[in-house]
Amino acid sequence: MSERKIILSAKDIEVQFRVRDSYLNAIRGVSLDLYDGETFAIVGESGSGKSVFTKTFTGMLESNGKVTNGSVMYDGKDLTKLVSDKDWEGIRGAKIATIFQDPMTSLNPIRTIGSQITEVIIKHQKVSADEAKKQAIEIMDRVGIVNAANRFDEYPFQYSGGMRQRIVIAIALSCHPEILICDEPTTALDVTIQAQIIDLIKDLQKELKFTTVYITHDLGVVANVADRVGVMYGGQIVEIGTVEEIFYEPAHPYTWALLSSLPQLGVKGQELSYITGTPPSLYNVIKGDAFAPRNKYALKIDFEEEPPFFKITDTHYAKTWLLDPRAPKVEKPEAIRNLHEKISKMTSKGGAYYVEQ
Amino acid sequence: MSNNKEVLLSVRGVDVSFDVGGKKPFRAVKNANFDIYKGETFALVGESGSGKTTIGRAILRINELSKGEILFKGKRISGKITKEEDRDVIRSIQMIFQDPAASLNERANIEYCISEGLYNFHLYKDEEDRIAKVDKALEDVGLLPEHKSRYPHEFSGGQRQRVGIARAMIMEPELIVADEPISALDVSIRAQVLNLMNKLKEEKGLTYLFIAHDLSVVRFISDRIAVIHLGRIVEIAETEELFKHPLHPYTISLLSAVPMPDPQIEKPKRHVVYDESKRDHSGEKPILQEIRPGHLVFANDREMKEYEAKLQEMERLEASNS
Repeated sequence: MSERKIILSAKDIEVQFRVRDSYLNAIRGVSLDLYDGETFAIVGESGSGKSVFTKTFTGMLESNGKVTNGSVMYDGKDLTKLVSDKDWEGIRGAKIATIFQDPMTSLNPIRTIGSQITEVIIKHQKVSADEAKKQAIEIMDRVGIVNAANRFDEYPFQYSGGMRQRIVIAIALSCHPEILICDEPTTALDVTIQAQIIDLIKDLQKELKFTTVYITHDLGVVANVADRVGVMYGGQIVEIGTVEEIFYEPAHPYTWALLSSLPQLGVKGQELSYITGTPPSLYNVIKGDAFAPRNKYALKIDFEEEPPFFKITDTHYAKTWLLDPRAPKVEKPEAIRNLHEKISKMTSKGGAYYVEQ
Repeated sequence: MSNNKEVLLSVRGVDVSFDVGGKKPFRAVKNANFDIYKGETFALVGESGSGKTTIGRAILRINELSKGEILFKGKRISGKITKEEDRDVIRSIQMIFQDPAASLNERANIEYCISEGLYNFHLYKDEEDRIAKVDKALEDVGLLPEHKSRYPHEFSGGQRQRVGIARAMIMEPELIVADEPISALDVSIRAQVLNLMNKLKEEKGLTYLFIAHDLSVVRFISDRIAVIHLGRIVEIAETEELFKHPLHPYTISLLSAVPMPDPQIEKPKRHVVYDESKRDHSGEKPILQEIRPGHLVFANDREMKEYEAKLQEMERLEASNS
């Protein structure tokens, strides 16, 4: 693991938004090394900062936000130092591309699908219009648009939601980026379409060998796509580990709560477990552990002092006082113990989620 | 719930068509047939464009039927009915919408949002009574009386959906049509809203028509499930039966699309894609028919034989396992 090449390295990132006369601390010190070719998933509730954090990789923070601390090293450059669009040329879209949640708002409704793909190819690769069209049809074909040549001149409204998201992926990949940021790419889609889009991104990644950052609030999706996972809460990563560690050996109470609230694990006739309260307001200075007020396992110290990262394995770290040697021993909740056995039962013959392959 | 099967709502041979400019009208719902029993949660599951919302809207008299009829407590509520009957339907069948931010008037405070139905139908004796009713509705959904004076934007997504539920509940409905009530919410908040809906059902003896696209959510909340594909109901069964013995290939495709929170199982899984055009269309026209008591599947005789064989194989295996 340690010999793997680091493609992007974010260190101690802090992001602040100015809202009227006050400041909102959206990201409160996040560090992350992204390995070449991996899929890293970021999970968390709305407002936890997962989108904001990755926007620092492409300089796409809203105009009232700025990186107030830390660095994002990529290809020998500190991306936080780039300012103008000219600085970003050759990186944003070309090397680091983003797919957004809603394909309807990321496509221009009054321009043809074809022109929106060729625009990007011509801009970044400086090829002729004919060559760009050839490449565009090729990539449309690759993302699963049937009869691509005929659909080249159609408009977004003539495409279904799933097809539109395929086009957004085609545009993002048309410049062969090294890093693809998928910001909730399937949240606006139906489950069946979601499954197809996830399969598509995985296949393309295998073929084109890019690195993926996958942002989602759905842990089921994370299990499918991720090699490693970072769980975000209140503008910080609170637990990070391999996908197996996060699902089978989660250590942070917030990760426990997220996992236990999945309806897939619900038992009929019993209450689904859920997280009480609301996420912390990031306008205020947060004392101690941001999750403490909603955490039923909170210790006294959680309200007073921010926990450091405790190392569990070489790849697994969690920011919770429960891992301190002085802390009382707490078991994860019943619903997520022996998770693999439980889900194996559900998905094997006779189980509720058994599907004949 | 299914022991005393009193039919509350009956959808019979319903077609809903939309005019699409000169061409043949588009049949959004094709010959829908189902009953909803009093006190149960009946789920309608399918992807966007399947017609599930159209059925929900047809029940609420928002979309007109082009064929068939809908009965509520034995009385026809579709087509032409008297003004009085119409008022009655609006009161006893309420709806919860997908996007709580869009379904609340952002310029009205919560008190008004919740009272709106009471105002429209003069369902209160005096001001005092109205406020008592609002307070009670807020309490039912786990909000506080002091929230009354606030505006929708001051609430989180989950709280807003609670307000959406409260304004439906204040009408003391018998049937609630919940159209993707949790799809727009975060996973952790989804659980709260589902729990709340289950609690209200227990306490008030409500009946739900729960419209969704995600089987995992539906499994937790519903008693029976109807799977709908391209306007056609392809399978109806009790929840556990549907999960245990899914027969129609589209149901199987939906089931395979549920992401399981377990990397070892989820990673190698391939999604089963259902393609209507690749189905073997030979033989006579398929119809929705019963294969086991309460379990219906859309099939012709040839497919029925295949499903029957498959079902017997599954049952044989279960018997030998237990």
